[in-house]
Amino acid sequence: MTGIDVAIDGIDGPTGPMVAAVAFGIEPGASLALIGESGSGKTLTAKSLVGLLPNGFVARGVLRVDGRAHPLDATDASWRRVRGREVSLLLQDPFTSLSPVHRCGPQIAWTLEAQAGRRLPKRELDLAVAKRLAEVNLPARVARAYPHELSGGMRQRVAIAAALASDPRLLIADEPTTALDASNQAEILDLLRALQIERGMAMLLISHDLGLVRGRTDDVLVMRHGEVVERGATATVLSSPEHAYTRALIAADPVLAIEADRHDRPDRPDRPDRPGDALGHGADIGVSGRIPLISATGVVKRFGLRTVLDGVDLSIAPGQVVGVVGESGSGKSTLARCIAGLEREDGGSIVFDGRPLAPGRRSRTPEQMQIVFQDPYSSLNPMMTIGAILREALAVGGRRPEEVPALLELVGLPADAAAKRPAQLSGGQRQRVAIARALAPRPRLLICDESVSALDVQVQAQILDLLGRLRDELDIAILFISHDLAVVRRIADTVTVVWQGRVVEHGTCAQVLDEPSEDYTKLLVAAARRDSTGRTTVA
Amino acid sequence: MLAVRVLGTAAILFVLSIIVFSMLHLAPGDLVKTLLGTRPASPEAVAAIREQYHLDDPLPVQYLRWLGGVLSGDLGESIRLQTSVSDAIAARLGLTLALCGLAFAIALAVGVPLGVQSAVRAGGVLDRAGTTLGVIGLSAPTFAVGLLLLYVFAYYLPIFPVYGGGRGPLDTLYHLVLPAVTLAAGLGAIVLKLTRTAMLRELDADYVTSARARGIPESRTRRLALRNAAIPIVTGASLLLTFLVGGTVLAETTYALPGLGTLLQDSVLFKDLAVVQALTLLVALVIAMIALLADLAYLMLDPRVRAQGGAA
Repeated sequence: MTGIDVAIDGIDGPTGPMVAAVAFGIEPGASLALIGESGSGKTLTAKSLVGLLPNGFVARGVLRVDGRAHPLDATDASWRRVRGREVSLLLQDPFTSLSPVHRCGPQIAWTLEAQAGRRLPKRELDLAVAKRLAEVNLPARVARAYPHELSGGMRQRVAIAAALASDPRLLIADEPTTALDASNQAEILDLLRALQIERGMAMLLISHDLGLVRGRTDDVLVMRHGEVVERGATATVLSSPEHAYTRALIAADPVLAIEADRHDRPDRPDRPDRPGDALGHGADIGVSGRIPLISATGVVKRFGLRTVLDGVDLSIAPGQVVGVVGESGSGKSTLARCIAGLEREDGGSIVFDGRPLAPGRRSRTPEQMQIVFQDPYSSLNPMMTIGAILREALAVGGRRPEEVPALLELVGLPADAAAKRPAQLSGGQRQRVAIARALAPRPRLLICDESVSALDVQVQAQILDLLGRLRDELDIAILFISHDLAVVRRIADTVTVVWQGRVVEHGTCAQVLDEPSEDYTKLLVAAARRDSTGRTTVA
Repeated sequence: MLAVRVLGTAAILFVLSIIVFSMLHLAPGDLVKTLLGTRPASPEAVAAIREQYHLDDPLPVQYLRWLGGVLSGDLGESIRLQTSVSDAIAARLGLTLALCGLAFAIALAVGVPLGVQSAVRAGGVLDRAGTTLGVIGLSAPTFAVGLLLLYVFAYYLPIFPVYGGGRGPLDTLYHLVLPAVTLAAGLGAIVLKLTRTAMLRELDADYVTSARARGIPESRTRRLALRNAAIPIVTGASLLLTFLVGGTVLAETTYALPGLGTLLQDSVLFKDLAVVQALTLLVALVIAMIALLADLAYLMLDPRVRAQGGAA
């Protein structure tokens, strides 16, 4: 009997059962996708299969690898014999899954030595490490590099090489591309698929993104609240989902939803004076007669010797949503921070409503602009209630504390949320609080720095709808920073593409994303399109 | 970055030198009488003192003359010992350095492994015992620990000498064991806490989970975590060296060791200002150097900071 056979009877946490019974099998050389939103128990399932559940969690059941049975509640000592040679786990975030103070070579070498059970001669080890790096399409010199010297995609390749160096029968990849840019995501997933087939290894790919697994796994398993709601061949489940939840997941997927969105958009009651739509080819909005709310000209920012922003121009009209896209390190967040006054630009000018703003926070008032950050888990003070957080923000804008319920209603939160603390809210609810806090002083510009990137697709869609509604209701301008083209397309009127600290392309959403004229934009669009292999279009 | 730190250290030392110089003038009582010490205050002697210390010059000139002397190794004369201050310090420096070094080594040798083990089995017997020991070590005053150790290991079980610095390197080491253990009690407790906290955090990090998940043996995983934890431990521990400066006065007094601590104590009691000035400056210099070295160690241990330092 070959292959992987998993029979989990249940996983219990300190507060009760977390995952119900789930059973699945994976043939050697086949792959299975486990789909579910955060909190659905998929990461616990993954960790239970390597015996690394957090303290206080217990799994019951059995893992069979080629007929060898490994009880899930075995002692750590017996799990050590299973980890590596039978099962290996690839983690989500390549920025934290490699030790920052060790070079990449040794980190791969440790797996090799653990597998051999003895120290290996240096020459032999160097050759073996180079071979493993070549397998993930990395040059041998990467072995000498520290993780921080590599890009996210390269780090995840190193992590893959390290995880596969033990030649496991089963590789569990837990959201292996969530922390990566769009252009890297497809490459990493394709690499994993190729390695899995080449080695005749079984793979369990865990993801919250149903779109990403299309064409990359043989079967799919959809989980919700710790229970399996649907399973089947990947192509079948995606084309004809049976469970309502699977259908909702597909509908919420921004890449999938784009097709529909393109048809929806013209039907939406559009305001005639939407400047971004009226203007062509990235012309300066100020020229067309309407004064921009904010315009940045030739903004330069250096960190040490590194030039992060190299003369960036950007302008936003009142009530307009401008998307800024680019990969991490492109300078898009720095631009947002310069505009918000959180970083002091080294050159260029930023003009708000006709008046120039000096660099830094002191020259800005809360009523001018507010920022919503990426991570709603760390941007709210965990010790304060939501009501206290919002009262503080209202006071900053000179408003009265009685307006808290109205503010909560504005962002679609129930009034009783005021008494809760951030830890009692979900990620989406927290981001709503962060948005409410930003709106409290009635700013004219809202800066969203990757504000939906940390959220699950469904929640992402809700927050995007909320932002769109707020723009229409409050006539607020939004600067929307994101690495995700699909998300930007959903909300922005015009798009500015930033690469290596420069603006490479600017125009309306349709122009830039449907008919990109610059090579770099084409690359980005193509990468986003590859994500949705099998689907008709992204752009 | 490093250049900035060195300049900052120099600036701090400059300010400190002014403060130390002013000690002479800020000391309570008549300056000349203080400088005369036990000698009779005849008009000639007073004149001689004013002449010797250039007390009639403007203050900045006095400061510069004093600073010039300090920089060329002339720290003045000790009234109490009737020798040059540099000789008095040189004669006692070795013993204090040996005491501090030994105490620090004991603290690390006990605190780090115990901290690692406490973190690995958090909540276990060793962890709880370690925490209890840590609280005792941290809260017991140095002189109390010293007296207790003296009573038990020098009087009740006469294994170690009661007082004195000993003759010859081996005998000195033998004499220093109890004082060093006394000093190491408080120090080791902090090292233990530092190591435990840092290790707990690192053992919880993704890269440790990732290492375990690919079958890397536990011993290697622990070394991996310790290497990462070394960054906060080393920076923390080097700042702890400054803790020794105060502690050594107490330990040397308890064990009647002829080191810098007892020298400082006696000089303060006798208003031997030149020695107090020199020792204060020495302590400030040592602390500033330790802080600088801690930064260097940080640079050495963390390749990420190294890369930034290289770019700036």
